[in-house]
Formats: sequence, structure tokens, C-alpha cells
Amino acid sequence: MSPVSRGFRGRRPAEGAASRLPPGQYETRDFPVLSAGPTPRTPLSVWDLTLRGFDGKSARWAWDEFVALPRQKITVDIHCVTKWSKFGTDWEGIAIDTLISEAAAKGVKTSGYVLAQSDGGYTTNVPLADLTNGKAWIAFNYGGSPLPPEHGGPARLLVPHLYFWKSAKWVRELRFMETDAPGFWESLGYHNYGDPWREQRYAGDE
Amino acid sequence: MVEVLPETPRTRTVFFDVPGWPGHRAGQHVDVRLTSEDGYQTERSYSIASAPGESRLALTVERLDDGEVSPYLTDELHAGDQIELRGPIGGYFVWDVETGGPLFLVGGGSGIVPLMAMIRHRAALLATAPNSATTLKTRLLYSSRNWDEVIYRDELSRLAEADPTLEVVHTLTRTAPDGWTGFRRRIDRAMLTETAWAVSENPRVFVCGPTPLVESVSGTLVELGHSPALVKTERFGPTGTPG
Repeated sequence: MSPVSRGFRGRRPAEGAASRLPPGQYETRDFPVLSAGPTPRTPLSVWDLTLRGFDGKSARWAWDEFVALPRQKITVDIHCVTKWSKFGTDWEGIAIDTLISEAAAKGVKTSGYVLAQSDGGYTTNVPLADLTNGKAWIAFNYGGSPLPPEHGGPARLLVPHLYFWKSAKWVRELRFMETDAPGFWESLGYHNYGDPWREQRYAGDE
Repeated sequence: MVEVLPETPRTRTVFFDVPGWPGHRAGQHVDVRLTSEDGYQTERSYSIASAPGESRLALTVERLDDGEVSPYLTDELHAGDQIELRGPIGGYFVWDVETGGPLFLVGGGSGIVPLMAMIRHRAALLATAPNSATTLKTRLLYSSRNWDEVIYRDELSRLAEADPTLEVVHTLTRTAPDGWTGFRRRIDRAMLTETAWAVSENPRVFVCGPTPLVESVSGTLVELGHSPALVKTERFGPTGTPG
């Protein structure tokens, strides 16, 4: 039971916004930048993306090959653990489903957990089931333009149904693992799964 | 809440007695949750300004005119009021004595707050172990719009006067007092070249402030040869998001 903050009225979300806001979130029209270190800048000429199976077999795409894959347009609400949510963000990217089926043709087998690895050393872990069946992408356009570096360009993971730290910026590899292992923020006190609708912000939240 | 102290025209430090506070590390933050009489709740994060081990928890809050929470904390809250805090939170943008030094701290505006917790923590450590000063030598580069908006101005100057291993370098981006001889521009490559510890000393770098400042400073430091792994950042959004 929370104590009433004497004299606090607050700013209710607009009609229609309330049902789109997970608990404890507020709507912003900005696109805030949250990163733990300097923004890496990898030239497209050396950028590549790798899907790596548990047995070490991998599939790799150079930038031109990657953006030539069948792409999708995505409009989603995003929710940052620092409390802001942004509605109706427009992205373009390659579905993880597409990458998995392309990689399967090269002998890459999936397993139950995925560790995303990024330029700059960032990592985050996501169960495979949260990346498949149209739930996640690797996005490279935002609002009709190339994704800016501070927002994770050239390409970032996009897993909009989880807190946005799971949508790893500057992603370069998805590694399939048989057992779950915490990533960067998951090792530093944040929740292992991060469902905004269950307000799983920090380690220990239900 | 036990006391509010004005820092600058737009910032106040709010002190709390927190029963059962587990202690924190310099650089961590707390979540503040406000609840209205009809049960509406909202939350924001604020950096902790006090050093670990101080008896009261201090948050320094910049009043954002269009903010939902900050005007309540700076203007409404009175001694004796209760408020819900959760924390401490964050395990990366933190400095402990084990992290080592030398320390190069770069702050913009209210981005000084978590850096001040580190400076206060360091001062408390040196008071008990003065010999560690050499490895913990610290330089703060602090960008403010003008002299009146420099948060913790007197305390920073007191600490620097008392401690030859702490240097505080100000830059003022809008107006400066008559006779000002310090930097008078946004932080740029030349200023960082002049003020940062040499790359060969492996300085631990913490940068906190508005996104454009943090992007520019951290990117430039990497270009100058600093290891990205030693440059830790905390940004607040384009228009000052923690509101």
C-alpha cells in the first residue's frame, strides 16, 4: 500500500494512452538515448551479422546481403525501463524468423535461449520463443531513415514486447544457447526477462 | 523527507531519512514513486547525490517546468512528508575505491549529481587513507550555462582547495562573470585534450549530462585513444527526460 503524496495531483495520461501504458510508465514524444558507454561506429563495409548455433555452426551476412533479405515494416509501442514509453514507432527490418530460416539452410540449429552480442561489448539474453513468430526483428530504418548510431544504428535488435534494453543496439551476433545466461544489464541488477506489463524492472520483481 | 536546500535557481537538494536503507554505491540512482489521493501513481529516477555511508540520502533535483515529478519534489514537498523510494539501482555507472583511478569526470548541468556522489565518496576515503591520493587523483570537467547555475559550486571549490589531488575545471557556455578566465564554450576536442588524463594512465572516465554532450564527449575521448570499456556514460534524453 503506497502512502499518498500530499498535494500531488499528477498528470493523467490522455484518453486512449492509459491502456497502452504499462504500469509505472509515462508517455514521451522524444526518443531518449540510454547507453552505458560511447556509441560505437562500425563502417558498413566491415559490418556483418552472424547467427551462431550451439554447435558452433554459423551463418553470416554482410550489410548488402542483410538488407537484401525480405524486409518488414513494423509499427510498435516501445517501453524503456527508465519509465518512458513511446507510442507508434515506425521501423523497418528483417524478422528474426527470416534470419532463422535462412540460417537453417546453412545448418544452423536453434536452441532455447539467445544471447545477443553487440559492438562495444553489450550483451542481452532473450528466450528464443520471444524472438520468433513475428515478435522480433533486426531493425535498420527508423521513421523512414537509416537508424542513427546513438539509437543503435546501423542495426539493432527490436523486441518491442520486452523492456527496451532487450532490444540490443549495434547488434552483430545472435548466439543460440542451450541454457540461459544473463547479459549485461541482467548481471547488474535488472530483471532477467523484463516484461513491462508485469513491471519486471529489477532482479527480484516477481 | 527531512530537509530541502536550494542549490541554484533551478535545483534543490532533498534530504531523506530512509529507514532500512541498505546503503548504495557512488553513481547509483533511486526510483521515486508519487501517489495521488485517487491512487494515480507515477515514477521517475533520480541520481543519488550523497556519498555511501552518509546518514541521510540526498537527491539533487532540477526543476523542469513541464515536468510531472520534479516540480513536486522541488516546490511541494515539505519536511515530514513521506515519499516512496526504491533502490539503490544501477551497477555499472558506479565508482568504488576498487575501481581505481585516476578519475576523469565530465558533467553537464544536473549531470553533476552522480559525479558529486563519487567526489564526496572519494573525499571521505581520503580522509581515512590519505596515501591513496596519488592513484585516485581526480579531475572534474563541468559544463554549466552560467556561473549561477553551477550546482555544488562552493562545496566543489572547498574540496578542491583542501585537496591537491582534486582539480575542478569549469566551462560556461552562455554567460560568464566579469573577469572570468576559464573556458567559455561547449566541451570540445581541444578542451578534452587539455583536461583529460593521458591515455597511458588508463583513467576511469564517467560522463553524465544531456545526450548531445555525452555523445560528443564520449565519442571524442574514444577518438583520442581512451578505451571504450573505461568510458562509462549516463545520458538524459534530448529535452531532459527524467522529469
